[in-house]
Amino acid sequence: MATATPTLPSAGPVAGSRSFISKLREGDEIARLVTFLFAASVVLITVLLVYELWINSALPRHKFGLHFFVTEVWDPVMDQFGALPFIYGTVVTSAVALCLAVPLGIGAAIFLAELAPPRVSDTLEFFIDLLAAVPSVIYGVLGVFIVVPLMRQVIYPALNKPFGFLPIFKGPSYGVGFLTAGIVLAIMLIPYIISVSREVLLSVPRDQREAALALGATRWESTWKVVVPFAKTGIMGSVFLALARALGETMAVTMVIGNTPQIAASLFAPGYSIAAVIANEFTEATGELYTQSLIALGLVLFLLTFVLNGLARLLIIVTTQKGSKVRA
Amino acid sequence: MKRTALLLAVVLFGCSLAVLAQSGLLINGAGATFPYPIYSKWFDVYHQKNSSINFNYQSLGSGAGIRQIIEGTVDFGATDGPMNDEQLKAFQDKRGTQILHFPTVLGADVPTYNIPGVSASLNFTPEALAGIFLGKITKWNDPAITGPNKGVNLPANDIIVVHRSDGSGTTYIWTDYLSKVSEEWKNKVGKGTSVNWPVGLGAKGNELVSGMVKGTPNSIGYVELIYAAQNNIPYGTVKNSEGSFVKADLASVSAAAAGASKDMPADFRVSITNAPGKTAYPISSFTWLLVPEKIQDAKKRDALKGFVKWMLTEGQGYAEALSYAKLPKEVIARELKVVDSIQ
Repeated sequence: MATATPTLPSAGPVAGSRSFISKLREGDEIARLVTFLFAASVVLITVLLVYELWINSALPRHKFGLHFFVTEVWDPVMDQFGALPFIYGTVVTSAVALCLAVPLGIGAAIFLAELAPPRVSDTLEFFIDLLAAVPSVIYGVLGVFIVVPLMRQVIYPALNKPFGFLPIFKGPSYGVGFLTAGIVLAIMLIPYIISVSREVLLSVPRDQREAALALGATRWESTWKVVVPFAKTGIMGSVFLALARALGETMAVTMVIGNTPQIAASLFAPGYSIAAVIANEFTEATGELYTQSLIALGLVLFLLTFVLNGLARLLIIVTTQKGSKVRA
Repeated sequence: MKRTALLLAVVLFGCSLAVLAQSGLLINGAGATFPYPIYSKWFDVYHQKNSSINFNYQSLGSGAGIRQIIEGTVDFGATDGPMNDEQLKAFQDKRGTQILHFPTVLGADVPTYNIPGVSASLNFTPEALAGIFLGKITKWNDPAITGPNKGVNLPANDIIVVHRSDGSGTTYIWTDYLSKVSEEWKNKVGKGTSVNWPVGLGAKGNELVSGMVKGTPNSIGYVELIYAAQNNIPYGTVKNSEGSFVKADLASVSAAAAGASKDMPADFRVSITNAPGKTAYPISSFTWLLVPEKIQDAKKRDALKGFVKWMLTEGQGYAEALSYAKLPKEVIARELKVVDSIQ
């Protein structure tokens, strides 16, 4: 919104010289107003959301203060509430999901955009869009019936035997847990990353590729060293979208994470996420402090998304600067 | 243009139909999900008998039902656990009248388990159940479990506990029972629709609890009796307060209510877990309708009174077909007296 207003006068001296009435008649002003309202509504909804969450979480804020963020206990009977295990679970599952989904998704997007014949690419794109539209509860069911047994019988023995000395692969596996939730999330994120990244890669101008090829680059060199860096910002955008979905995913996560509010180093251990606990407990929550603590968790999730998005953006700025230095 | 007009006409017609269907008296309710199948059956049958009375019931959960009746956004509420004193006071303060609890039908929780190589129905003592869910009994061949299961070859495997992750009346009944039979559970965990579980994995809903038990060797969980009965899920017996091992079914659950009815408080806010009676199943509970004692709107008052009376008499006949245990006669007789006190 703030960036939209100052760009308008730069539309040219012609725009400035016309009278307001004539602009209105020609539709420019109407279009500007209408689109401005649409853009403003996004800000309005965000502000309203934060306001509502803030107002309705006053009790735990006064009672627990900042301890809410570092307390590990979640006990509705004794009215003791802390967000730490849920924050931990949300961050860990999202991190695992991104670690798996980003290389897979971007790799597939590169193949579809640069290397596959157009007909194959378009057909696959159809399936990818189909996957992106599958409701998360379906992925959850898939997780329960396929990933959970697979985890217990195949993945766990394969990782625990050789790498069991590492804290992240220690301990028993129940099938459900951080890693299972991360894998199911990754499956959900891949279509998003592929779909958006493919579009971005396809929109890289042809002459970029041709120039690289003319300089004697192989096809892979032109793809990896020219096209992908050109599309970097857009690809990062797809990763943000994926991250946002991972942080907020509720149904699929709650079905496979084990729903145990604890902090455990092992990825095989059961955990809990913020979105999952809100969905699980809100309807049956009785008592003001309990209900408001759940709303406070919503605010925490909002903050977490904000912070992680900021960090990711920072990462982009840092890495793109490095890239330009190399080129220079 | 013509097409738009036609479309508009169709939409308007549809709206007016919807309005027509809503004419007459609309009574709004919200609350427990567990009795939703029987409630919707009752509302449907009662509407067919009294076409001017419509019910709109939102099965949002017991907590939501209590919140909404306190806020006054619904005409009646429904809950699987009675309102506590704090909530009663909140209702009194906000609405200026008392809330009445009406038991409607009964439900029960059953222990379900999956032990490879064990197909026999297991007997559970209260000590064994409390020990397992406290995390103190960790192996299936613990003497507390093998004791009442002579002849069953129980393995030395670790027990994996599965509980509900969503707030639920089923959890309320289960933890209410454990609080009664184990002093340690009462002090360490307590009862509620969600609790701070000492051990175990959480799964959402009866479906996923039973799904996880089925899929996880050496696990034990608890599910609602109706869910177990309708899905042929095997479950164990539980030792009641008089020392006999009872399998949960409609008769043994009704027997628990009959056993508890002798010292039932006037407001029906009573837990019937671990009830007396030789044939009583110990992990049983009422589910309640919440109706204000004073209702301003005379039409709504008469309609609600009429419905509750019908539900207590004729309506009970529909319960068993849907696997709900009926109220015992003693309780019905006492409830009918309370219905008349609604003003």
